[in-house]
Amino acid sequence: MGQPLKAIEMKGISKAFGSVKANEDVELTVYNGEVHALLGENGAGKSTLVNMLSGIYHQDSGTVRVNGNEVRFSSPKDSIAIGIGMIHQHFKLVDVLTAKENILLGRSSGLFRNSKQLTKEIRAISDRYGLDVDPDKKVYNMSVGEKQTLEIIKVLYRGARILILDEPTAVLTPQEIKRLFRIIRNMKEQGCAVVIITHKLNEVMEISDRITVLRRGRTIGTVDTDKVQVGSLIEMMVGKKVDLAIRKEPPAQPMRPLLEVDNLHVVGHDRKSALADISFTLHEGEILGVAGVAGSGQKEICETIAGLTKAEKGRIFFDGDNIIGKTPREIIRLGIRMGFIPEDRLGMGLVGSMDIVHNLILKDYQNQPGIFLKRGPCAEKATAIVRRLDINTPNIYYPVKKLSGGNIQKVLLGREIDSDPRVLITAYPVRGLDIGASYKIYDLLNEQKSRGAGVLFIGEDLDVLMDLCDRIMVFCVGRVSGIVDPSKVTKEEIGLMMTGGKEDAAHELDQHQ
Amino acid sequence: MEGFLAATIVASTPLLFATVGEIVTEKSGLLNLGVEGLMLIGAIMGFVTAFATGDPLLGVLGAAVAGAAGGLIFAFLTVSLRANQVVTGLTLTIFGAGFASFMGKTYVGLVVPKAVKSFFSPVSIPLLGDIPFIGPVFFQRDVFVYFGYLVVILVTLYFYKTRAGLNLKAVGESAAAADASGVNVTLYKYVHTCVGGALCGLGGAYMSLVMMSVWQENVVAGRGWIAVALVIFASWNPIKAFVGAFLFGGLSILGFRLQSMGIHISQYWVDMLPYAATIVIIILSSRKNRKENQPPSDLGIPYFREER
Repeated sequence: MGQPLKAIEMKGISKAFGSVKANEDVELTVYNGEVHALLGENGAGKSTLVNMLSGIYHQDSGTVRVNGNEVRFSSPKDSIAIGIGMIHQHFKLVDVLTAKENILLGRSSGLFRNSKQLTKEIRAISDRYGLDVDPDKKVYNMSVGEKQTLEIIKVLYRGARILILDEPTAVLTPQEIKRLFRIIRNMKEQGCAVVIITHKLNEVMEISDRITVLRRGRTIGTVDTDKVQVGSLIEMMVGKKVDLAIRKEPPAQPMRPLLEVDNLHVVGHDRKSALADISFTLHEGEILGVAGVAGSGQKEICETIAGLTKAEKGRIFFDGDNIIGKTPREIIRLGIRMGFIPEDRLGMGLVGSMDIVHNLILKDYQNQPGIFLKRGPCAEKATAIVRRLDINTPNIYYPVKKLSGGNIQKVLLGREIDSDPRVLITAYPVRGLDIGASYKIYDLLNEQKSRGAGVLFIGEDLDVLMDLCDRIMVFCVGRVSGIVDPSKVTKEEIGLMMTGGKEDAAHELDQHQ
Repeated sequence: MEGFLAATIVASTPLLFATVGEIVTEKSGLLNLGVEGLMLIGAIMGFVTAFATGDPLLGVLGAAVAGAAGGLIFAFLTVSLRANQVVTGLTLTIFGAGFASFMGKTYVGLVVPKAVKSFFSPVSIPLLGDIPFIGPVFFQRDVFVYFGYLVVILVTLYFYKTRAGLNLKAVGESAAAADASGVNVTLYKYVHTCVGGALCGLGGAYMSLVMMSVWQENVVAGRGWIAVALVIFASWNPIKAFVGAFLFGGLSILGFRLQSMGIHISQYWVDMLPYAATIVIIILSSRKNRKENQPPSDLGIPYFREER
């Protein structure tokens, strides 16, 4: 083989959204048969860059060449036609359609839906790359891993030779990630070019051949993966050295129980059992992690403890008192605070169009005497929180929805921490946060722990859970499949517990290797 | 009974056209609440065209074109100019009412030309019309009714059997997914809003040309709103829309029937029936849980590709 061909060559790419420059003079070159990682903190412009390759956005200036020819995309259709397949971070699948129908979508040839032929073609592609999806399964019945596989089949069916994956591993179990990486390697062997966006460095080191780092919309550089250290990558991303060790001190002794959950059953909104037979104890001065595939009951356990969801049966003791049946306000008064960061960050906890001060008042006004609100104390508090958590905002009267994701999360957490809670429930507090901000949050949680609070930490990144938590409780479809000491188990073991150990992915993996 | 069911078919036809029209529109993710207005526009333009030309087919065509034009206005305002769909739809209703009463001012009380009237007189379909009971009810009607059957069949085939129908579903369910798959979202929204508008216009034309066959103020009388509710009743399925239209058509003429049978219930109660039933239906259908019966997920939500 001679000189490898340039699959993608982007030069001098700039793109602005209003006054925000998302990309400025960015360069990216990807060869056929390589896995190229695009690395950068949140807001570095990674997604913007690849969305220009997929035809969703259009660059303000700069040139894009695909396989040597200059291209201009006016819609995703053009991008698909030239052989670029994009797997979006939020899957672009239609829930009520089957796998097959989703694959067929947007194909212009033919008037009617020719099912048998299509099934055959899907099987052929699946066999070739080692993918597995039931063509007649509805998307809403699929697991996250299956949806992703479907997305990959979809772009391959359209003849994509350049594959772009935007944060593909964020929501996968370790087993599913292994499977994805096997698929990616398969594609690489078939001569495809793969661009993968992620901010998990260990994954970058494992899967990629070369890495391009972006920071604040600019290209910092492109390096060969086997010639670079993790430390220098972080320095390229963040612009300064960051200590990556999460501080963990042993929990206070003796372990005094703070919150005892006993045989809790909760029925979800769809009238199906959401939590079954949940029993655990949260001690003073410990961080109890909760691991599990998204939607395994994490939301319900948070809401039940906070008094927002009614329990079917079971008891929750706080300091010896059963808090089941108490109103959320009574529970808050006891010192149980919840900072739940839902996927859209603003859905629960903060009101986006209100500023920091008013969002503080939301939880504080009941403690004020009289019928009028006093803004003064809250403004002081807001200023203190902004300073303490290093929140990047023009002022405390700035609508929170205009802040970046990391800063929104800090406001939310800051408000909950401010009252010195005895129990702090926090779900996905670092979701979408960059490295610096994440570590700030970990420090804050550790601070709460050493103060003697019990922290229930719902997380999604197993590495972080294992580094930060004293114990990890693993959820599997609404049940606790075990509470483990992170120093005594491996990530893979937790992954198996998350899927009930019966996920065939793992077995399949063993057979393949 | 046969006579009552036959009259029900006639009464249900305007509802059927409007409901299927609104289903076509909503499948593309646009919530057009201007059905009442579109029906009125179709009713008057159909009447005026038929009156001026004496040609029934031109009248029907005029109604469809006028309805489509109304749909085009809606699509332009909501898709291209990004106006709020609910407000635009309501405005369209007001506009349609005003337009119809302005255009129809000189026609009030006038009867459709003879040629038109005879064209839309009942015709029995060979064989089908001879089936006992079913024949006289369904297949001894006017051609406009038969056209309604045809529309239901064609739209059903289009929705569930063609690739364009699949793309349409995706546009309504997740415009972002459809766009990323290479479907021209804007085009789909425009086309289906216009087709939906044309069908609503035909529903109105049936009122003015066939059912009443004389022009009167506010000839549609709220049927557009019932159609909007029927869309939910039908859970966006044209076949179920036929059933729903038939039921509501029956309710709307029940009063006359009861009176002729000598049962005396206050006219006001009887007149209320279709509207009360609409409320009941909406409450009942909001309890349905199956995914397939839910409205298109992106219904009423505007789609801008570059929005973050």
